[in-house]
Amino acid sequence: MVTSKKATITVNGRIIEWEDGMTVKRVLEVMNYTFRMLVIKVDDRIVKKDDYASFPIPTGADVKVIHMVAGG
Amino acid sequence: MDVQGLKSRHTLLKEYAYTRGDIDRGYNNRTLYVNLSENSVAEKPVSEEMKEKFIGGKGFGLRLLWDGTKPNTKWDDPENEIIISPGPVAGITQYSGCGKSLVVSISPLTDLVIDCNVGGYFGPYLKFSGFDALEIQGKAARDVILVIDGTKGTVCIEEAPEEAQDSHILAEQLTEMYADDETDKRNVSVVSAGSAANFTRIGMLNFSWYDAKRKKVRIKQAGRGGIGTVFRDKNIKALVVKIEGIASNLNHVADLPAIQERGRRFAREMKELDHLQAHMKEVGTAHLMEIMNDYDLLPVHNFKYGAHDDTVKIDSHHLKKRFTQGIPDGCWVGCMMSCCKIAEDFKPRTGPYAGQVVDVEGPEYETAAGVGANCGIFDVDVLLELNFYCDTYGIDTISFGTGIAFAMECYENGIIDDEITGGIQLNFGNAEASLELIHQMARGEGFGVTVGQGVRQMKRIFALEYDANAQFLQDIGMENKGLEYSQYVSKESLAQQGGYAMTNKGPQHDEAWLIFMDMVNKQIPTFEDKAEALHYFPMFRTWFGLMGLCKLPWNDVEPEDNAEQDEPAKVPEHVDNYVTVYNSVTGKNIDKRELIRQSERVYNFQRVFNLRRGYGRREHDAQPYRAAGPVTMEEYESRLERYDQQMKEIIGVDPEGKTPEEKLAITREYREGLYEKLLDAVYKRRGWSRDGIPTIEHLQSIGMDLPELIDTVKLYLG
Repeated sequence: MVTSKKATITVNGRIIEWEDGMTVKRVLEVMNYTFRMLVIKVDDRIVKKDDYASFPIPTGADVKVIHMVAGG
Repeated sequence: MDVQGLKSRHTLLKEYAYTRGDIDRGYNNRTLYVNLSENSVAEKPVSEEMKEKFIGGKGFGLRLLWDGTKPNTKWDDPENEIIISPGPVAGITQYSGCGKSLVVSISPLTDLVIDCNVGGYFGPYLKFSGFDALEIQGKAARDVILVIDGTKGTVCIEEAPEEAQDSHILAEQLTEMYADDETDKRNVSVVSAGSAANFTRIGMLNFSWYDAKRKKVRIKQAGRGGIGTVFRDKNIKALVVKIEGIASNLNHVADLPAIQERGRRFAREMKELDHLQAHMKEVGTAHLMEIMNDYDLLPVHNFKYGAHDDTVKIDSHHLKKRFTQGIPDGCWVGCMMSCCKIAEDFKPRTGPYAGQVVDVEGPEYETAAGVGANCGIFDVDVLLELNFYCDTYGIDTISFGTGIAFAMECYENGIIDDEITGGIQLNFGNAEASLELIHQMARGEGFGVTVGQGVRQMKRIFALEYDANAQFLQDIGMENKGLEYSQYVSKESLAQQGGYAMTNKGPQHDEAWLIFMDMVNKQIPTFEDKAEALHYFPMFRTWFGLMGLCKLPWNDVEPEDNAEQDEPAKVPEHVDNYVTVYNSVTGKNIDKRELIRQSERVYNFQRVFNLRRGYGRREHDAQPYRAAGPVTMEEYESRLERYDQQMKEIIGVDPEGKTPEEKLAITREYREGLYEKLLDAVYKRRGWSRDGIPTIEHLQSIGMDLPELIDTVKLYLG
């Protein structure tokens, strides 16, 4: 999934490659997280939905994308 | 429609008069007992202890069923009962989702107690007519209807030979028959099954209401476990209830303003947030189609896979085009979630109603996933037609979908052939085959009747009569306790495997849906974490069934600041709403911990009820392997990278050089071992023995040490 030399971030415990200019929106695309009812924290800081497209993800960030339960 | 002609053919078998009285803080303090073998009717008082221990709804159903049956009562014995109970909160119109009733019986599929949570107006109207539950026992000699007329204070058993059996006609006939005029139709509700409930074990019940805006009779389904089959076995054609009308406080609650205030808060959330969240008003639970597909959770080809490229053809965007928009779709008065979508003016192309203009209630997610993707059928028109016929024939769409998918896989594996199916080529994706089978179920003929017996019976028949490999059938037959799985792939979520197979009634997702918490969010990594979730959520969700509440308003829309709460998965503000609503109805003063305790009492009662019937132990919580992992190489290879990676990184075995058979075996041994450890952890958290039996100490600690329960568990605890 990732080579050891590249910069990475952790998303829900999974290590993925970091991309230059990566935003929350891009993380969701990479992970194919299409569900709408999300709580997103970047290094424990909550990111509002309006900021997904602009909130920068630093290298090494710990991103938590909490999917709320719906349906079911 | 000549309903007077139909009515003139009725024969009155029994008329019972009663005095209605007022509801006191959510309770009538009596239930209604009807025996169809004896044509007798009686009232039963509700004791304070019954309210304290069993609350209402499913709790009342379980208590009455325990008392009315013996440990060896079978589903088709006259003494089996059908109990419908709305719960103390049911009938509230100021908070959303308060119109549910719970239906309880001994299931023809599981030989256990089954319970269904259903909308429509029957439950609240039963309550407004003077009863906290309807308990039906015995068998009528010929088709009867039971009419509870709250306007007159009468209960009548009438032979009704001429009315239709299929629900979309029958509910309309009886609504018109018992309403005084067009305006009065809204005061009538009907419960009915359909012609396929006569011949299958997957029969369900439709609960009606009159949609005054559309001037149509609508129906919601008590789907799981074959209660429609029991209903028809008792020769019940329909139940009818009639009231004078709905008023703002028929429950005579303790604090109406407090309920109104919470109701307004919730209504605001729906107005402001639904279009940003689940889109329930527009598409109902069907919004999950594309989501489940994206997360590899949508069952495809009998749960082999979790996604399919053609899902895009049946996703919520396509379904939305068929659903009428802009008219409120609540299945009870005052519900702002309003998610009960309907596809109007649909023309089926097969069966007895081909070419007629009908309405289709749904499809909801479970139906679209079950009769669609799981059977490899990706055609919206076929989904609508199967949905319509399942409803009007009185068949559970979930068991139908999972059953057809199982039969299709058996066909593709050569276990059954054209001779057995009567020439039906039962390949995945064959919509014509699925349609033919549903009509066979309604006619009581052909291979459709075999499929209609459910997956467990098919496994038995295929092994005994067609010499099939019983272990393979066990591995791919998606049933536990005899009930067909509902429509989520649980392979990658150990917690959801428990959420399905550790249920009391069988694998229905209404106890716990933990896939996102577990598989995606990684919030519950340890066995103890999973066990805690498998304690809290089943107990919390059981509470809806005690109250007469719908689950959907709990978490299909969430407050804007929910993310900032300590435990957002529980939706704390909504939990607080529920505590407030309950306290404001009953005048009691519980908190969120006592809420769980109320459920825990009933949940453990149901577990001991299963024990009393010879089930309810660890062996009965076993799951088919397909719920946990890949059974076949084609499944393994379809997710090769995932499984190989897990083998290397989690199991600690290098897959390099391993044969396909070795890989399957290693994965299986590991996953089956995990499930056993989960059972240990969950039983411990629930206060049960390693064999899954509630301990005496636990029953004492939750205030459920009733003598009959202690006597039962003592037989097993050693």
